[in-house]
Amino acid sequence: METNLCVAGFGGQGVMTLGKFLATATCDSTDKNVTFFPSYGAEQRGGTANCFVVISDEAVGAPLGDVMDDLIVMNGPSLNRFIKTLKPGGTLFINSSIVSEETGRTDIKVVKAPVTEMALEMGNSKVLNIIMLGVYIGFTGVVSPEVVWDTIEHKLGKKPKLLPLNKEAFEKGLEMGRSQR
Amino acid sequence: MSRVFMKGCEAIAEAAVRAGCRFFAGYPITPQNEIPEYFARRMPEVSGTFVQGESEVASISMVYGAASAGTRAMTSSSSPGIALKSEGISYCAAARIPMVYSNISRGGPGVGSIQPAQMDYLQATKASGNGGFEMMVFAPASVQEAVDMTYKAFDYADRDRNPVLILADGVIGTMMEPVVLPEMKTEEEINEIKNAKKVWSCTGHKLDYKNRAWIEPGHWLTSDMQRANEEAEKLYESWKADVMVEEYETEDAEVVITAYGISARIAKSAVNILRKEGIKAGLIRPITLHPFPYDSFDKLDYKKVKAVLDVEMSIPAQFVQDVEIAIKDRCPIHTCLCSGGNIMSRESIIEAVRKIYS
Amino acid sequence: MEQIYARTKTIQEDKVSGFCPGCMHGTVMKLIGEVLEEMDLVDKAVCTLGIGCCGLQMDYIAYDNITSPHGRACAVATGIKRSNPDSLVFTYQGDGDFASIGLAESVSAANRGENISVIFINNGIYGMTGGQMAPTTLVGMKASTAPNGRDPKEHGYPMHMCEVLNELTAPVYLERTSCNTPGNVVKTKKAIRKAFQNQLDGKGFSMVEVVTSCPTNWGMDALKALDYIEENMLPEFPLGVIRDR
Repeated sequence: METNLCVAGFGGQGVMTLGKFLATATCDSTDKNVTFFPSYGAEQRGGTANCFVVISDEAVGAPLGDVMDDLIVMNGPSLNRFIKTLKPGGTLFINSSIVSEETGRTDIKVVKAPVTEMALEMGNSKVLNIIMLGVYIGFTGVVSPEVVWDTIEHKLGKKPKLLPLNKEAFEKGLEMGRSQR
Repeated sequence: MSRVFMKGCEAIAEAAVRAGCRFFAGYPITPQNEIPEYFARRMPEVSGTFVQGESEVASISMVYGAASAGTRAMTSSSSPGIALKSEGISYCAAARIPMVYSNISRGGPGVGSIQPAQMDYLQATKASGNGGFEMMVFAPASVQEAVDMTYKAFDYADRDRNPVLILADGVIGTMMEPVVLPEMKTEEEINEIKNAKKVWSCTGHKLDYKNRAWIEPGHWLTSDMQRANEEAEKLYESWKADVMVEEYETEDAEVVITAYGISARIAKSAVNILRKEGIKAGLIRPITLHPFPYDSFDKLDYKKVKAVLDVEMSIPAQFVQDVEIAIKDRCPIHTCLCSGGNIMSRESIIEAVRKIYS
Repeated sequence: MEQIYARTKTIQEDKVSGFCPGCMHGTVMKLIGEVLEEMDLVDKAVCTLGIGCCGLQMDYIAYDNITSPHGRACAVATGIKRSNPDSLVFTYQGDGDFASIGLAESVSAANRGENISVIFINNGIYGMTGGQMAPTTLVGMKASTAPNGRDPKEHGYPMHMCEVLNELTAPVYLERTSCNTPGNVVKTKKAIRKAFQNQLDGKGFSMVEVVTSCPTNWGMDALKALDYIEENMLPEFPLGVIRDR
C-alpha cells in the first residue's frame, strides 16, 4: 500500500508545513516508510510552492511520483498544473474559498474546504494550512489525528501562544473532512 | 535506535558531526544551503568550527588547512560550486590530505538549474581537478545511505589520506526521510584520531628538519613527483576491494537496468512493478561510483539479457560511459534520460523496459 | 672565543639557498627564523607558503609548513589556526599571490580579523614565472606582460595593500618595512616579532608588508636594485606603521 500526495499552493500558504507535519507524524508514530520532497521556485516570497509526501508499507521509490493518489490544492494555478497527475478514483482536496471547483474531471472525488475564509473567520489567515491538514486527516485517516496533533504541538513548542488557535483550526478541519467521507 | 525525520542535507551534516568532523567551511549555493546552515548551528555545540568562506575556492582551502592540521574537516557545495573547489580538491589529493566533501548536484552546465540532476558524473569520477588524481565516490540513494556513507567516508579518508566525495543530488539533499543516526564519537575518540595524525600534520614539531610536517601538494624534483604519482596509483588500485554495489533481481533478468543515486531508487521501484507484470527486470546499482563495480556486469547471463537500460538524469548520458566499459559489447545498451532539473519518472523507465522486452 | 652570532637553526645547515643573488627572500626567511627562535616558538610554528619564489623556502626551513594553492594562503591559515589555536600560524606570500589571485582571500581573512600573521613580500613583479606585471608594479616599470611599462590607462596604478586593509575595521597591525638597508632589516625583524606577539596575545590579524627587490626580473644587479628601492619603490610604498591597535 502506497499513498502519493501532492500539496500545492502559493508560497506563504504553509504548503510545505502541511506536508512536513503529515510526514513527520507518520515517521514518529508508525513504522511505515515516508518521504517528504519540497519543490520551490527560485523566489523567497510568493511564487508557487508544492511538496510531495509518499507514505508506503514498502521502500519508497520515487519521492516524487508520476501519479498522485491525493492532491491538495490551495490556489487556482496549482489546480491547473497538477489536476492531470491525479489518478482516476483519486481524491482532490480544494481550498474552495479561492479555487474554482471546475476540475474538468468526473473520475475523481472532490473534498471542498473553504479554508481561507475559515482561517479569516478565526482571526488568523495563517492557519489555513492547519485546517486543510485536519480536513485531509479527517477524510483519509491515513494517520491518527492524535499523532498529527502531537507533531504540531511539538513543532510549535516555541510559540505556545499559538497552540489554542492551531488546535481549534485542526479540529475544525477534522470535522469538515470527516463529514465528507 | 529510534528513527528521526530529517532532510538529506541536515542528516549529512549531523552524520559528519557524529563522525568527529570538527571543521566545516562552505559557501551558499542552492540546493545545499541547509548543510552550512546546519553546521553553523551545530558546530558551536561540539566545540567545532564553522566558517562561511568568501567563496568556494576559499572554503576548500580552509578545509585543506584544517585537515592538514589533523582535524576531520568537510566542505560541501553544488555543481557550479564544486567546479570552483576543484583547485583545493586537487591540492588535497596531491598532498594526501584526508577530507570529505559532498556535491548536492543540480542541473548544468554553467549556472544550470537549481533543481536536482546527475550531470557531474564524469567530473566526479574521472577528473575532479587537474592532474589525474582519483577519489572514492559514494552515491547515496536514500537519506539513510547519505548518513551512513558520510559517517564512513571520514574513515576511508583517514585510512587512505585522500579526499572522499559524497555525490548526492538535489532530491537526496532536500527530501526528508526517516533515518537512524550513527553513534556520536566521543571527545576521546576524536582526540585519538587527531593524535594519530601528529606525525605528518601541521601542528608544530620540535626543531628538526627531518621531523617537521611538510605538506607538499607538488614536488620540485621530477623523480619525487613521479614517485608520489606511483604511490597514489597503488592506493587507487587497492580500492578494488572496496567496491560497493546493489544487485537486485539480476539472476534471471532479461532486461537489466543500471542507475545510481536517486535514479536507481526510482528504477528499483520500476523493477518491482515490472516483475509483477511478469517482465524479468533487474537492477545493478553502483553504490561506489569509483571504484566502479565492473564485476557485477560480468556476472550477468548474456544469453538471457536482451539489453541493459542506462537510467540517469543527464543529457547527454555520462554514467553510460562506464556501463559501456563494463558491458564490453556483450549486449545492446539503451538509455532512459532526463535533465535540466527534471526528475526521473518511474513511468518512463517502465515504458523503456517494456519497449525493450517486446 | 665567545660566539655572539650564529645562523638560525630554523634553516637547514646543509642547504644552499636557491634564491637569486640580491633577492631578499633569504633575508626575510632568516629574520622569521630568528624571531621564532628568540620567542621560543619554533615548536608551534606553521608557515603557509604562497606560490611563486616565496614557496622555494619550503625546502630550507626546519619548521612545519604547507604549500597553499596560489593566493589561498590566508584561507589555508584560517583553517589551520581555527582548528588548532595553539599553533603560531603565519602566511608567507608574494605580491601576485597576496594582492592579485588571492585578493579575496587576503581581504576576507583580514576583514574577519583572523588571528594570524601575514608576511607579505612586495617586489613589484612576478618572480618565478619570469617578470610579469604584478598589481604592485610601478607605473612605467617594464614587465614581460607590459613590455612598454605599466600604463595607468591600461593597467591602473600600483595597489597599496597596507592602505587597502587599513579601510577595514578588524585588522590590528599593519606595517610596511623594507630590507634595503641594515636599519630597515632591523625594523622588519621588529615588525615580524610584533605580528607574532599580536597573535600570541589573541589580538587578531597582523600584516607586515616588506618592500623588497627582484634584481633578476628588474634587470639590474643587486646593488642597483637597492638604489631602485630607495628611489622608486619607497616613494610609491612609503614605510611605516599604518595601524597599530
